[in-house]
Amino acid sequence: MAVAEKRIFRIEIDERLCKGCSLCVDFCPTNVLTMDGNLVAVKELDACNGCQLCDNRCPDFAIQVFEE
Amino acid sequence: MAGNKKKFMQGNEACTEGALYAGCRFYAGYPITPSTEVMEICGARLPKIGGSFIQMEDEIASICAIVGASLGGLKAMTATSGPGFSLMQEGLGFACMTEVPCVIVNVMRSGPSTGFPTGPSQSDVMQAKWGTHGDHPAIVLTPASVEELFHETVRAFNLSELYRTPVILLYDEIIGHMREAVTIPAPGEIEVVARRAPTGSPAEYKPYDAKGGDIAPLAAYGDGYRFHVTGLYHAADGFPTNNTQLIEEACIRLLRKIDDNKERIWKNEEYYLDDAEVGIFAYGVSAKSAKFAVRELRKKGIKAGLLRPLTMWPFPDRAVEELAGRVKAIIVPEMNMGQIVYEVERAAHGKCEVKGLFRVDTEPIKPVQIIECITGNGSKPSSPGSRMAEMMVERDMLDG
Amino acid sequence: MSTPAEEIKPLAKKKKKTPFNYSPYVRGGKLPHIWCPGCGHGIVLKCLLRAIHTTGLAKDDIAMVSGIGCSSRTPGYVDFNTLHTLHGRALAYATGLKLAKPRLKVIVTTGDGDALAIGGNHFIHACRRNMDMTILVYNNAVYGMTSGQASPTTPQGKISTTSRNGSIEPPFDTCTLAQAAGATFVARGTAYHFQELEKVIYEAIMHKGTSVVDIIDACPTYYGRFNKYKSPTEMMEKIEKEGTVSVKQADKLSPEELAGKLLRGVLHKSDRPEYCSEYQKLMTKVQAK
Repeated sequence: MAVAEKRIFRIEIDERLCKGCSLCVDFCPTNVLTMDGNLVAVKELDACNGCQLCDNRCPDFAIQVFEE
Repeated sequence: MAGNKKKFMQGNEACTEGALYAGCRFYAGYPITPSTEVMEICGARLPKIGGSFIQMEDEIASICAIVGASLGGLKAMTATSGPGFSLMQEGLGFACMTEVPCVIVNVMRSGPSTGFPTGPSQSDVMQAKWGTHGDHPAIVLTPASVEELFHETVRAFNLSELYRTPVILLYDEIIGHMREAVTIPAPGEIEVVARRAPTGSPAEYKPYDAKGGDIAPLAAYGDGYRFHVTGLYHAADGFPTNNTQLIEEACIRLLRKIDDNKERIWKNEEYYLDDAEVGIFAYGVSAKSAKFAVRELRKKGIKAGLLRPLTMWPFPDRAVEELAGRVKAIIVPEMNMGQIVYEVERAAHGKCEVKGLFRVDTEPIKPVQIIECITGNGSKPSSPGSRMAEMMVERDMLDG
Repeated sequence: MSTPAEEIKPLAKKKKKTPFNYSPYVRGGKLPHIWCPGCGHGIVLKCLLRAIHTTGLAKDDIAMVSGIGCSSRTPGYVDFNTLHTLHGRALAYATGLKLAKPRLKVIVTTGDGDALAIGGNHFIHACRRNMDMTILVYNNAVYGMTSGQASPTTPQGKISTTSRNGSIEPPFDTCTLAQAAGATFVARGTAYHFQELEKVIYEAIMHKGTSVVDIIDACPTYYGRFNKYKSPTEMMEKIEKEGTVSVKQADKLSPEELAGKLLRGVLHKSDRPEYCSEYQKLMTKVQAK
């Protein structure tokens, strides 16, 4: 039989470090993120697949994705 | 070089021997007349004793390389002349600001610009103090003989390590190229200072911590202390700051570091000065002529005496003022158009007349010029700012 | 009909994804860094730190030297032996430090202006000497720190504060210059291609000799605004992604398709005697006499 599992990710955003460049928002392949004023915010956590592209594109050490 | 052996050597060679005696184990430089021998001899000697030598692509690279090496833990030196010294100014300022010990030799030649490369002058003496931009500390030594050059090179390294600042060793082409007897001391006979190493934990190390005194210990990169060095104004921890109070404190401390210690850095020779009625303030090769002149004047019954600075900067204000208070005049013979004469005049505070005696034709000032300047027979003294050409011609027609 | 519980085999547990932990390498209390929103330098720094981590080198054995400019602020943020020097002179300081203490792994973070304009002379001689060091040229084709003047890599026609009507000067190719001067490892990467960049930086560090990595990254604040790029994202897509082609891809493209594109990857690798080793040999030789 087949079992499907949902991987759960936790996105940590350091608001002190985010400069609102929106690179992470623009490059996220599943549209998890959005700009909330001048800071990035999580719009759709369920869509996150843990690819960490947001972290790799972030120049400011402001966003990291952990798997629960 | 076995200890206590007397050897006949060139000034530039004596400088190198002094550097090696002082523990210099890194040389980076660029050839320039009349300093090149220092580099060439270092290039031959250093690899034999496990030291590092590299000929860099220009003088700017040279001053930078020796600071890099010093931060790696080695005593480091470079040598140059006027044009190269001009190029090194920014790097010198960096060493002052970051408080990295190193020794810079300037064998003065006729300038400005390319000038007369094989001819001597004493025309970089103000540049040595003021050359690099900004308020910065300056220690400049002016030896006047080959043997003295050996000892003053050791002292240059010691002062540099003690006060965590670059030290300039300033002598003219004649001292650099002439040959005199030098007795090389045995190891341990003269004090050699090592820089103060930090004792606390690396995590707490602050390379510019003035709490224990104006001069913090300096660690070497790679020895367990990972610290930051920058030419930007920085706090005690070495990181850049824009805090105006810290900036002011740092600037003041850099100058105070030398100013508070000037009595330990000053070094003068007093030659027949005790009962002198007319003083001569001379340095480098001009001091050799001045000593001869003093002896001749004394034979004529004139009580002349020589005050000779071995440390030119910080300027020996106190010694000059004290002398000015008891002589009729101080003559300042120098191979330039008048530089240190202004400092002497300033330090004399009007207590006596100060007269300059200048020569810029690449020939040394002759003793007879100094004698006649004082006796008033024939040669006129040159007051600061007066035209010299005719007087120069006059002097060359005289014997001596 | 449901399967009895004991017959259900659990799926092999996939290894949990964890982000890279930069903390051991970043000095406490120094972030946020001074770089502008969307500036590539922060991305390059992260690639550099991941590459360093892969080398396994001890922090005490790494020295990071820089000149002046945005690139050159890098050392202040990282927990190594760090030296922030004069404009254009990082390589001269690095040369002195490395020769004095060859045990140190020396990494230089410099910029297109710092390394190729005022530092040009030191750059070609460092390449010539082949002293073991890694030179990372943060190439954003502008003097960012001083608000956007043209640099030796500003493409012709591009606007800057000193080329308001478009630059008339042809730019340097950092890599061909480095190779011609003698560097034994020459590579190019971009902040966009972060995996490739991390890899070439790692190879550059591990290479024994002068390694030069030309890193195309964006200055959105000056170059970007002056040349009408709408966002850091657009700069990354247009300049870094579309403006470069990997060495592998280039093999399959025609000269017309390659025109105007910069090559990415390891462009040159050779073995020449390394300076400090040669100096060591020299010392052994003269001491034996």
